[in-house]
Amino acid sequence: MRLEPKPAPTLAVTLLYPVAAVAATVVIASLLVLIAGANPFSVFGLVLKGAAGSQFALMETLTRATPLVFTGLAVAVAFRAKLWNIGAEAQLYAGAILTVVLGTGALPLPAIILLPLMAIFAALAGAMLLLGPAVLKVRFGVDEVVTTLLLNFVMILFVSMLLEGVLKDPTGLGWPQSQKLIAEARLPRIVTGRRLHCGFVLALLSAIAVWIVMKKTTLGYEMRAVGHNPEAARFSGMPVNRILLKTALISGGLAALGGFSEVAGLKGNLTLDLSPGFGYSGIVVAMLAMLNPLGVIVAAIFVAGIFVGADAMSRTAGVPSYIANVMVATALLTMVTAIMLTRYQVRWR
Amino acid sequence: MSEAFDILFQTTFWVAAIRIASPLIFATMGELICERAGVLNLGIEGIMVAGAFAGWFTVYSGGDLWAGVLVAAATGAAFGLLHSTLTVPLGLSQHVVGIGVTLLATSLTYFTYRLALPEVTSPPKIEAFQPLPIPFLSDIPLVGPALFAQTPLTYLAFITVAIVAWVLYRTPLGLAVRAAGENPSAVEAQGISVTAIRMGAVMVGSALMAVGGAFLTMSAFNSFFFEMVNGRGWICIALVVFGSWRPGKALLGAILFAAFDAYQVRLQQVTGGVVPYQLFLMLPYLLSILALVLVARRATYPKALMVPYQKGER
Repeated sequence: MRLEPKPAPTLAVTLLYPVAAVAATVVIASLLVLIAGANPFSVFGLVLKGAAGSQFALMETLTRATPLVFTGLAVAVAFRAKLWNIGAEAQLYAGAILTVVLGTGALPLPAIILLPLMAIFAALAGAMLLLGPAVLKVRFGVDEVVTTLLLNFVMILFVSMLLEGVLKDPTGLGWPQSQKLIAEARLPRIVTGRRLHCGFVLALLSAIAVWIVMKKTTLGYEMRAVGHNPEAARFSGMPVNRILLKTALISGGLAALGGFSEVAGLKGNLTLDLSPGFGYSGIVVAMLAMLNPLGVIVAAIFVAGIFVGADAMSRTAGVPSYIANVMVATALLTMVTAIMLTRYQVRWR
Repeated sequence: MSEAFDILFQTTFWVAAIRIASPLIFATMGELICERAGVLNLGIEGIMVAGAFAGWFTVYSGGDLWAGVLVAAATGAAFGLLHSTLTVPLGLSQHVVGIGVTLLATSLTYFTYRLALPEVTSPPKIEAFQPLPIPFLSDIPLVGPALFAQTPLTYLAFITVAIVAWVLYRTPLGLAVRAAGENPSAVEAQGISVTAIRMGAVMVGSALMAVGGAFLTMSAFNSFFFEMVNGRGWICIALVVFGSWRPGKALLGAILFAAFDAYQVRLQQVTGGVVPYQLFLMLPYLLSILALVLVARRATYPKALMVPYQKGER
């Protein structure tokens, strides 16, 4: 068999890929549900109900989507320039650490000054964390996939060390958790009585900002050019290495904002289970969105819906909630296949 | 300080080092085969998880230990088939597919575990492989117990290195695999299918990764835990680079790494809790990064690594 390029697809076809990928994912997940001895229709009915069946469910889904928008954006920006940042998990924690360091009373400032300050320093921490692997890549040719992956493990140990050391909550009964943020350092809720917080708004604004940068600025153009063909970009006089470093700063900063938003908006303190793999799910979100910043919002809500819905479903239907993780992973693989199949014609001969 | 030095002369230290090295040796050989054929396999971490579970579950369900190893290998090969179908004939991004396979293998494993054992709180243990001392050789001081009083799977790990090295450098098949990773057109010119070679290499490599995972449940911890692979797969990718894609050097790297890992555990006890234990646990990951930096400048990657091959295309 061989692959032949096809003409660029129309917008309608482009929007069809994610739908086809999701449909294939549901079919595959249905097989697992059957193996688990349950009825796929009732199970997916429960997932849908748990994710979007009520105002409460919808709010929970949007709350869960918030960190995924940030990590999804981080991955989308990096992958667009072919910088393989698999370390959004660690960068998210870096942002969370700075949020706790600044927000537990060290800076007695009003919320209007304190919150932006915390966000900026959180983003800087994440940016610095990805700058390391990016420098190693451009200076020494060290593959950033492995370094960013390994740093995820280093970071979680570092957080554990802080939570049992300098950041330990003295009133925490020995649990590895940080002190609570002061009231001025908390992001307000959007609706009283619901968990959805202003971090979600920040996520939407970030997506729009990233979209503008990618589409309308020279930097965005350069990042896409480097991702498309680094040799050609270098040949046309672009400072490829510097563009990659800038990409790393933006990507790391975005992931870290996810950590800021989770701590300041949702949890109020730092624990070791702050992120159930938001960094890795961000890769799926970015791919489902075809690396489009605005698409990331939709994809994040979709992925969050699967997780929230599956949690609700597993409580009643008895199918393990890990079906959500299987679906998300399957969606990643079906999505990249779908994209390929609409760009190339498979010829068997 | 002398205590820290004395560790190096403890028999238990060297026994532990070789035990820690064993799963890394399997998985590193697996990754090495894939990369030599031109395919980066980032599915390694998830495939190790799946292998760990498959081997353990076979024995837990009443199967023979060696049947467990075979089931683990078959599970790995199945994920290898998935990975290579997407990356070789379809030419999809090896980075994205690899991460996808890791996420899929891990989540499928956790799903199956919860389905099979919905109620258990502490993971059940199995009757695992027992040490099989080789007469006379295991009586040599220091080296004897470390190399010749291990479980059969450890011996298999060393045998695997010899077989991989022999096949890669001494057989026409090995030549074809190496050429597929360096100059695929030359392979096709010989009338051999690059697609077949690469897919085969990824399947065999993935099977070895899964056996590496199975070592953890069947020869080390005797039970299956979530997160038990804990980044070992990613470390193996670093070990392949560190070993410049050569089985012998990679073996040496794995043993050095494992010795260091065994050493830091013992050093923790010597320092008596003054230094946070997390710092010691970070060291293996930081060491892997350092190793990558040290060799990166003179690393000679297989030339066609991560380059999809299209028949008839130049």
